[in-house]
Amino acid sequence: MAETENLITVKDLTKTYQTGSVEVFALKAISLTINKGEFVAIMGASGSGKSTFMNIIGCLDNPTSGEYLMEGKDVLTRDKDELAELRNSKLGFVFQSFNLLPRTSAQENVELPLLYNNKVEASVREQKAIDALTSVGLADRLGAMPNELSGGQQQRVAIARALVNAPLVIMADEPTGNLDSKTSYEIMGIFQKLNDEGITVVMVTHEPDIAQFAKSNIVFKDGKIIANHPVTDRKIAMEELKKIATLTDENSTT
Amino acid sequence: MKLFNLFRIAYRSLNRNKLRSFLTMLGIIIGVASVIAMLAIGEGSNQTIQKSIASLGTNSIYIFPGTNANGGVRGGAGSNQTLKLEDADAIAAHCDLVKYVTPLVQRKSQIIFGAKNWNTMIIGIRNDYMLIRSLSITKGSGFSEADQRSAAKVCLVGVTVIFNLFGDENYNPIGQIIRINSIPVKIVGVLAKMGQNTFGQDQDDIVLAPFYTVQKRMMISTDHIGSILASGKSELQVVDAVDQITSLLREKHKIAPSDEIDFTVRTQSELSNIFGSITKVMTILLASIAGISLLVGGIGIMNIMLVSVTERTREIGIRMAIGAKGRDVLFQFVIESILISVVGGVIGIVVGVLAAELVATFGGWPVVITPLSIILSFGFSSAIGLFFGWYPARKAAALNPIDALRYE
Ligand SMILES: Nc1ncnc2c1ncn2[C@@H]1O[C@H](COP(=O)(O)OP(=O)(O)O)[C@@H](O)[C@H]1O
Ligand SMILES: [Mg+2]
Repeated sequence: MAETENLITVKDLTKTYQTGSVEVFALKAISLTINKGEFVAIMGASGSGKSTFMNIIGCLDNPTSGEYLMEGKDVLTRDKDELAELRNSKLGFVFQSFNLLPRTSAQENVELPLLYNNKVEASVREQKAIDALTSVGLADRLGAMPNELSGGQQQRVAIARALVNAPLVIMADEPTGNLDSKTSYEIMGIFQKLNDEGITVVMVTHEPDIAQFAKSNIVFKDGKIIANHPVTDRKIAMEELKKIATLTDENSTT
Repeated sequence: MKLFNLFRIAYRSLNRNKLRSFLTMLGIIIGVASVIAMLAIGEGSNQTIQKSIASLGTNSIYIFPGTNANGGVRGGAGSNQTLKLEDADAIAAHCDLVKYVTPLVQRKSQIIFGAKNWNTMIIGIRNDYMLIRSLSITKGSGFSEADQRSAAKVCLVGVTVIFNLFGDENYNPIGQIIRINSIPVKIVGVLAKMGQNTFGQDQDDIVLAPFYTVQKRMMISTDHIGSILASGKSELQVVDAVDQITSLLREKHKIAPSDEIDFTVRTQSELSNIFGSITKVMTILLASIAGISLLVGGIGIMNIMLVSVTERTREIGIRMAIGAKGRDVLFQFVIESILISVVGGVIGIVVGVLAAELVATFGGWPVVITPLSIILSFGFSSAIGLFFGWYPARKAAALNPIDALRYE
């Protein structure tokens, strides 16, 4: 098991939407490899195909054509149930709009993927959910309903839900899109921590400073990758948060 | 997928959407309860009518004047005066399948006792009447043959008449003289209380007198009689007895074989059939009302289910995104629908039975709860609940997770 082991490989991935008589080429023959342990930020203007790409590699949507391998094995030939199992145990998806079940407590939201996982015994379910929520800093809000939580807290519940089945990769589509910058940094802190623990992170963002928390950046334009480079001046969330803290301290003393 | 997990998921989902679950249940409750109550009322009155008709004696035969033919402009049964006393006598003499027979004349009359008066039906009978109708006398005695022959001024009275003339149902009026159409008549007996019949008619509001007493002293025309009441020797021979009576009267009335008869002979069972069809109409009416409530309940269920499709489709999208399989989602929704249907159905049954009992206790209306109504209503509403829970779920589960998440 090396850092360079391929986790996700796509070849000539194409997605075409048919809206009326107009064909929209959302993805135009994307080829890309993401290794285990990577932290990739996908950048690009609105409409450049980032979400389309994420949904396909997150097995939420089908491409029009192309190849998709995970850990060297074909994904696109699998049937719906196999894809559901893949989403359940190997992928954790985080949405911009959180997508928590309403009127359902944080803990029950996080327990949900475990309920759909046959390998998880009922006896450990609760503890796993509590552990996941603890790891995102919500140990004290287990029984809170989504509408009782701030946006940042809701996104943390969503992250806990994504990682509760110990996935290989967390996929996040604009996870900080609805959050202020301090909260965004906190989310990045969680992602960096998870990444340090060995979980691959693929994240879409259109905010350059958020992309700085990743290890590498990929830039989409009109359904194509126009750049793919490592992050040279990587930000560490803990440090950024400390800076903000001192800034506000200075402000409040003056 | 472990079934128990799905039960947990379904239960949580119902619990989370209490209002929706309750409203769906309400549709089922209304549907089930109304069908059970309505059909219980219909069936109850049906059975009571049948019972009270049967209590009149299953081998009774009624002979009315007039034709029983349909069509054309005819007066119908009872509109003509074609029966005479000698017809009744002839039946008694010649029809060996007939056991008892009595001519009947009746008249609504004003009866007076002291300062009180009352309007009631006076029926002139032969003593066979008491046997055919199985009437019993609680105080005093019936008419003697001498009373019959001499048109004695005597009568038997029902308790309603006693109450209205003497102020107390339990008053012993034997020996009192009342005036019927100004004729003084002595009360010789009191009829056993019979209560209301199914049509709400008070069967105790009656005065019986010997046949000649009424015919000769109280009727304007003494030529004709109102009707004839007879009974067959046995229940099995009633139909043959009817044939005997018909051919006898045909002969006596000199009606050619090609002509229509000028009287009507009906057996008890024919009459029960007629009343049976009346109650059937009523049951159908009630059943339609119940059916409409069931439909309204069903539309309620459907509405709630369909209105929540958008929310539910998103929910399904979320569940699929985190690893629910299509059948997990379907099972969850089916379990939810079953839970709602069973709980709602049981509540509906309880409410329906209670409603029927209330009608029985406070409305004095007989009710009979039939298993069919329970099965029918329960089956129908749970089928609707199941279908409208399952169908949108199936559609949503067939979508790509991302399409379900984006559903609007
Ligand atoms: N469901 C859809 N139907 C039709 N067109 C779509 C759909 N989803 C995305 N598109 C189009 O595909 C292109 C890429 O969209 P998207 O992947 O959402 O971009 P991004 O996430 O980078 O903003 C856009 O032109 C968008 O209009
Ligand atoms: Mg997007």
